[in-house]
Amino acid sequence: MSETLVAFYVFVLACFIGYYVIWGVTPSLHTPLVALTNAISGIVVVGALLVTGLEGVGTAAEILGFFAVLLASINVFGGFLVTHRMLSMFKKKGK
Amino acid sequence: MQISVNFQAIAYLASAILFIFALKGLTHPASARRGNLYGMVGMVIAVAATLLGAEVTSYGFIIAGVAAGAVIGSVLAARIQMTAMPQLVAALHSFVGLAAVLVAIGTFLNYAAKGALNGVLMGELSAGIVIGGITFTGSVIAFGKLQGLISGKPVKFAGQHLLNALLGLGTLGLAVYFAMTGSFAAMILMTLLSFVLGVTLIIPIGGADMPVIISMLNSYSGWAAAATGFTLGNQLLIIVGALVGFSGAILSFIMCKAMNRSIFNVVFGGFGSEAGGEASGGAQTAQKGVKSASVEDAVYWMEDAGKVIIVPGYGMAVAQAQHALKELMEQLEARGVEVRFAIHPVAGRMPGHMNVLLAEADIPYEQVLEMDEINPEFPSADVALVVGANDVVNPAAKEDPTSPIYGMPILDAGKARQVYFLKRSMRPGYSGVDNLLFYQDNTSLVFGDAKATIEGMVNALKGRGH
Repeated sequence: MSETLVAFYVFVLACFIGYYVIWGVTPSLHTPLVALTNAISGIVVVGALLVTGLEGVGTAAEILGFFAVLLASINVFGGFLVTHRMLSMFKKKGK
Repeated sequence: MQISVNFQAIAYLASAILFIFALKGLTHPASARRGNLYGMVGMVIAVAATLLGAEVTSYGFIIAGVAAGAVIGSVLAARIQMTAMPQLVAALHSFVGLAAVLVAIGTFLNYAAKGALNGVLMGELSAGIVIGGITFTGSVIAFGKLQGLISGKPVKFAGQHLLNALLGLGTLGLAVYFAMTGSFAAMILMTLLSFVLGVTLIIPIGGADMPVIISMLNSYSGWAAAATGFTLGNQLLIIVGALVGFSGAILSFIMCKAMNRSIFNVVFGGFGSEAGGEASGGAQTAQKGVKSASVEDAVYWMEDAGKVIIVPGYGMAVAQAQHALKELMEQLEARGVEVRFAIHPVAGRMPGHMNVLLAEADIPYEQVLEMDEINPEFPSADVALVVGANDVVNPAAKEDPTSPIYGMPILDAGKARQVYFLKRSMRPGYSGVDNLLFYQDNTSLVFGDAKATIEGMVNALKGRGH
């Protein structure tokens, strides 16, 4: 099996996990869900790190990589923190 | 310190599992904060494993980028008002999209320098660039509409669908050409075309369809991350991309179902464009006469009620009336009145928007109920108080087969003994459809700014004592 095909297997199976996990999310938390998925889609930061940190990387790729790292980091930090802020507001009665 | 490829793969697996648990945490408000924490730990592991891997050798630009991103992201997260959450989300989606484009182009340059380009890789790069590009500019347009920088109205022009089809075909053609030749110029042109396509796809969609658009762009940002994973052969990115992609897709589906429309209908329009004609019809029926009520009338009914159900909509967010509603709830509860909040899935500008605003005002989440849970309770409610909602309580959706909103599931506010509608004016809702509920015998309209009206109610209740 080629490497691309392995990746495709992983992709399809992950889609199934996503399907079942997301249907379990309570509608009252749909806004935090969007914010949290925002934060974790900041995972492209990993791609950005690989582009930027490569040995002997050219200047152009390094600059593109820097901006990608910057943007993805904004997502990661902004996403997780704003999700935390929102979730802290959801309280039970009498607290 | 450097870790082996296999150790890195195990770390990525741990990270992917933590992300799944993070999403799983959102099943209930009580477990949600722990879920978010899992997500953060997962991200730290992923980044650490990447930095310690053999592939990353220079750190200067990386440290600068992460540091700047951390400051900007944290400040945004701390300062943003809860009513502006849809804008923040749209902005963050655009960042993911642009980051995916930059990573794809950067990867191309790195591989070209090594002479390691091949057709499969360039096909994957094309997917990353096109999905990322559409996500980027589409989200910028969504942000502009939400922030009021550009008109929230649907922008329509002749030949729109033809233009989109041509742009789509052009982008696809360039992607194929690029994959076959590795032409740098074709890649740049493809990037630019996908940027244009993002604009032309989102600009025709009206402001009130934003819950669908936000969900859809959420989904795209996930697919963009997955495409990046394919180009880099990185399974973690593929898994996370699929999770996020599906999350957005399911939310889009839920939002469309709540409006009884297909995703096709939302994306390619047809709703907003009819609104102009319908509105004039609405203005005529408005002559039929509606009852208006004063704040005192409404208070009189509510203070002796057994149960009051409050139906918030986007108007509540615009008027920032959630804190006043909390006070009203307290005043009524002090008199033994049971207070509930009824949330329609598409209330507000993004999924779950109302729940966050009510939570912000310290309203306990047990009292905030979804449509299916609350609808059986309306017939036993003495008062339904509609605050800045309109179409989601319109009985025309059930009774009038000719209505554009016919078939949309609604909150049965009209079944309460008495309905009070807080309204600025007689303007119909975003669909442009006249609201039959206005003319029901048990309905009265209270005109004025929602926040001022509710504060007036609170003061009237305070003045009367117990």
